[in-house]
Order: sequence, then C-alpha cells, then structure tokens
Amino acid sequence: MFEKWRNRNDAKVFHPFWVIVQKEVADHVHSWRFLILVGLLMLTCIGSLYTAMTTIRTAVPQDDSLNSFLFLKLFTVSDGTLPPFITFIGFLGPLLGIGMGFDAINAERNKGTLSRLISQPIYRDYVLNAKFTAALLVISVLLFGLGLLVMGLGLLAIGIPPSPEEFWRMIFFLLLSIVYIAFWLNLSILCSVRFKQAATSALSSIAVWIFFSVFFSLIIRLVANIAAPTEVATEETAVAYQQFIQNLSRLSPSQLFSDATTTMLTPSVRSLGPLTMEQIYGAIPSPLPLGQSLLLVWPQVTGLLAATLLCFALSYYLFMRQEIRSRS
Amino acid sequence: MDQHVIELEKLTKVYGDYTAVDQLSLMIRRGEIFGLLGPNGAGKSTTILMMMGLTEPTSGTVRVCGYDSTRNPLSVKQRVGYLPDDVGFYEELSGLENLLYTARLNKMSREMAVERATALLRRVGLEEASGKKAGTYSRGMRQRLGLADVLIKQPEVIILDEPTLGIDPEGVREFLQLIQELSRDEQITVLLSSHHLHQVQQICDRVGLFVGGRLLAVGTVSQLSQQLFAEEPFLIELHVQPGSTALYKKLLELPEVSRIERVDANRWRLSCTANIAPALTQLIVSSGEQLHSLTEKQYGLDEIYHRYFAGRDSDVRKMA
Repeated sequence: MFEKWRNRNDAKVFHPFWVIVQKEVADHVHSWRFLILVGLLMLTCIGSLYTAMTTIRTAVPQDDSLNSFLFLKLFTVSDGTLPPFITFIGFLGPLLGIGMGFDAINAERNKGTLSRLISQPIYRDYVLNAKFTAALLVISVLLFGLGLLVMGLGLLAIGIPPSPEEFWRMIFFLLLSIVYIAFWLNLSILCSVRFKQAATSALSSIAVWIFFSVFFSLIIRLVANIAAPTEVATEETAVAYQQFIQNLSRLSPSQLFSDATTTMLTPSVRSLGPLTMEQIYGAIPSPLPLGQSLLLVWPQVTGLLAATLLCFALSYYLFMRQEIRSRS
Repeated sequence: MDQHVIELEKLTKVYGDYTAVDQLSLMIRRGEIFGLLGPNGAGKSTTILMMMGLTEPTSGTVRVCGYDSTRNPLSVKQRVGYLPDDVGFYEELSGLENLLYTARLNKMSREMAVERATALLRRVGLEEASGKKAGTYSRGMRQRLGLADVLIKQPEVIILDEPTLGIDPEGVREFLQLIQELSRDEQITVLLSSHHLHQVQQICDRVGLFVGGRLLAVGTVSQLSQQLFAEEPFLIELHVQPGSTALYKKLLELPEVSRIERVDANRWRLSCTANIAPALTQLIVSSGEQLHSLTEKQYGLDEIYHRYFAGRDSDVRKMA
C-alpha cells in the first residue's frame, strides 16, 4: 500500500508555484536566521510564561472566578520585570516578519539566481507570491506551535483548563498575530524588491518598525498638545478631540495590533474609543461575548489587512515591470 | 514550417536618453549557431533580455519560436533556454539539486527530472561533482552546470550570454565544442553573444556585428571579411632578413600591394588585392634578401573588428 502511494507521489507533478514554495520553506527552515528567531521566540514564551505564573495569583478576582477568563491572563499579566506574551509578540513579531523577508528578492538578484529563475516558464508574480506564502506558512506554524505550547504549559502549571471561549479567543489572537506579522513580512519584501542591497532593505524595514514603535507615539503626543482644546471646551469638542487623536494613533499598525489583541484577550474591554458617562451608566459590568469582541476589532483587522495589501500591491507594481539583469 | 526561429523587427530599447538598441532587425534560422558580436555595452545583453521577455522593448517586436516575447513570455520561456552571463546557483544546494529545481519548475515529475539531470550532468562532465554544493564549484564548472540547467527543459533554442567569460582557454575550447555538439546532435538553435571574436569564429555559422546598439553586418565570417575588405582581401605576412628600405619601396611599388604594415623591423604585413605570394618570393630572393617565412593570413574577426573601429574613428574625424 505504501509502495503504491509512493509511486503515485513520484509521478505527481507539482505546480511550479508550489515547487517554489517548497524550496523556500526548506530554505527558511535550514537557515541560521530562522534558528535564531525561533530561539528568541522560545525565550519569549518561557520568560512571559514565567512572569505570568508568578503574578497570576494576584490576578484571580475575588468575586466570581468562573467568569474571569483566568486562562487568558497567562498571556496578558506580568509582574513588571518582563512584558507579557502579548506585548512580546507585538514587539518581536515585526522582527520575525522583517527577518524572513528582507532579502527575499534582492538576495536572489545578487546571487544571480533571479534571472535564471525568471527565465523558467513561470509567471513573475509566482516568485513574489511563493516567497510570501512560504514565509507566512513558516511563521504560522511557528506561532501556532508557540502559542499552543504556552497554552499547554500553562494548563499544566495552573491546572485550570481553558473554556471553549477562551480557546477560541486564543486562536483568534494567534490569527491576528499572523496577520500583523504578514504586514511586516510584506513590507520587508517590498523593501527587498526596491533596494538592491539586503542590508539597505533590512535597515529600511527596521527603520519603519522603530518609527512606529517608538517615535510615532511621540509625534502623536506632540500633535495632541498642539491641538488640545481650551479648558472651557464643550463635551462634544472634547470627545471629538479624543477621537481625532485616537484615529491618528491608529495609523500605526502596531497600535491596531495592540488594540485588537487587547480586545481579544481581555474580554472586559468594551470599547476602543472614548466612552461618555451616559454610555457607561447602566451598563452591566460583564465581559463581552466572543462575537462582540470580534465585531469590536473588525476595523482593526481590516486596517491591518489593507496595509498588508498596499505593501503587496506596491511590490507587485515594482517587480512586475522591473528589468532583471544577471547580477544587478 | 517557419524556418526563422528568432525574428527581431525594428527593435529599440531606450533608457532615459540613451539608446541601448537601435532599430535592430535580425532573423535567425532553425538549427544554426549565431554569434552576436560586439564590445561591452553594445546592447547585446539588452537584446537578449528582450528576447526572453525579461525587459520590455521601447518599440519593435520580438518573436521567438513564433511567439511574441513581450506578450507571451511563458510560451517563449518554455522553448528557450537562457544562460545569463555570470550565472548564479543556490550555493547551499548541490549541483544536482539545482538542476532538479529547474526541472520541476518546468513541470517535470521528480523521477524524470532525476533521470534527465543525471544524464545531463554526465554530458557536461560534472558527474563526480553532482553531489557537491554549487557554492564550491569553479567558474568553469558553474558555466557547465549552467549549460545543463539550460538544457534540462529540452529547449528548441538556447541563448548564451557571454558564455566563455572568465573560463581558461582549455575550458573555453571544451565548452564551445560541447555547444557545437549539442547543436548538431539535438538540432538546437544557438544564439551566443561574446566579445571574444576568435572563439566565436570557431563555432558560429553566422555572426552579427553589433556596435552601439546597431547591427553593422551579418553573415558568415568569410562573407563579413569580403564585405569589409573588398579592396584588399589578402593578407600576407613576410619575415625577411635584413629587411632594407629599398625592398620596402620595391614591394610598395607592386600594383597589387595596397599597403604595408611593419610589425617589427623584419616582419611586414602586406594587404594585397590578389594572392601574389609566388611573385613576392621571387622579388625578395632576386633582390638578395633572405625570406624566412611567408604566411597567407585570412582575415579573422579580430581584423574585422579592428577595421570597423578604425573606420568609425575616421568617420568621427570627418565630422569634426
């Protein structure tokens, strides 16, 4: 039976797209870079799990422990020495994405393999798509592996199984992280199409990442100070101002990601915008159901996907009409 | 069946205000070995890129195997193998694995790919190195692996861009011989570009002289030399002792001799309108000088090349 299956497999002709994907995945898995990134993420998991363990006792609410989503706290609580898992992923995810993509096209170009690859009977976009798909596959497997590992270890350590809702919230959190990393992956592929040197490409992607994670909030604060309404402003202007600042900060993909993941992992988050007293008045202080949380983060997810698509479209546009010489 | 495998019509490529290829029209017949000759920067590589659909022509059309390379690059790439100059391989993969990758991109099953790749590696003489990583290959080996890589898709046409660049003379000889054999055995049309004239001369059926984006002349090497050296088709080199000025003048007075170039004191190169070797021998001996050797030389591409540039220089001077 095995023999039969093997024979059929031998005669099977893969679509060229999947041939490229296979090769790229193999390349990633065998590369040093990948080992380093995996090591980094492993440390993250262990570190954040450790801090969560030490603080989770204090996080157990006194009133009703059934509805507290204690399991999800594994990913969000911290004792202050190390950031929780969710922050770690928000911080290291971009690095993972950039690391997997910054030399996707230009390395092939510099090695002289791109013109050989392109002169095979494949469409040009196969190269781009296959590289993206391969990196995304590897990232997805990695993230799901790590996420489930943390869940498993946490289960062993605290002994409380996750409820189905908690489980689904976890899955959605991981999916969100993949979308977020896919954005950075695409950005770095765009840079690798645009810049001939791998170092330039890596640096420019990292520059964008640092800009959004460090300087963007600073600039927002600056704008906020300038645009702040006077003391005698009405309630409407105050709300409008808050919303304006929040929308500005949502131009940053990392803000979108942290909004979305916080909502997914902290069911008590009811709104991502400003709430007036009237809105809160009379509300029952209970966690949101999963569907409502998903609805709440829908705009964020759409935003992230749009940014990803934008990068993709740009690299497509640049790559499709680029002249490919042997080593330039 | 269409006898022209490659048809270029008024092909033009402009980069900014620089015209790399200018109104190029060229036909290449099935089964021939065609040499595209020209100095660096003449537009040879750009022309080849346009044939493969790797860059778009500014105007004009390219048809390879009956397909438009700009509109229908996939059909062209299925039938045409292209070996870029300074070809690169995935260094962490072995030579065989590199070939297998190409084969599978051409929709071959794994079994068939292994079979063909092994046969081709044997053919290009890389049988023993097939398991080694491509990163350890020498330049000559890489070039031969490149040839195998081009052949694995069983192409109708192969296009080689500067295939002999950076290989030692013995390697070049073997490589060109291999190309020639392949072309004869498998009926493959070969287009190769080079600036090494004498190498191309050995194996090409026809050559095209390509300078400054324009095709100056097309034909067999002897046709080209006839075209360019219509007035003085014979070149005779003499080695005379002691080589006096009197003899020099006497030779120059012969009506068939158009000019004499002194290679050194005793070696003279005569451009003649007819083959007058016997008359020359007599003249030299009768004037009491010793004739050490007399060689009739055919104009090679080196001379053709040189002649073209000399001509161009004079054009420039005339304009100035």
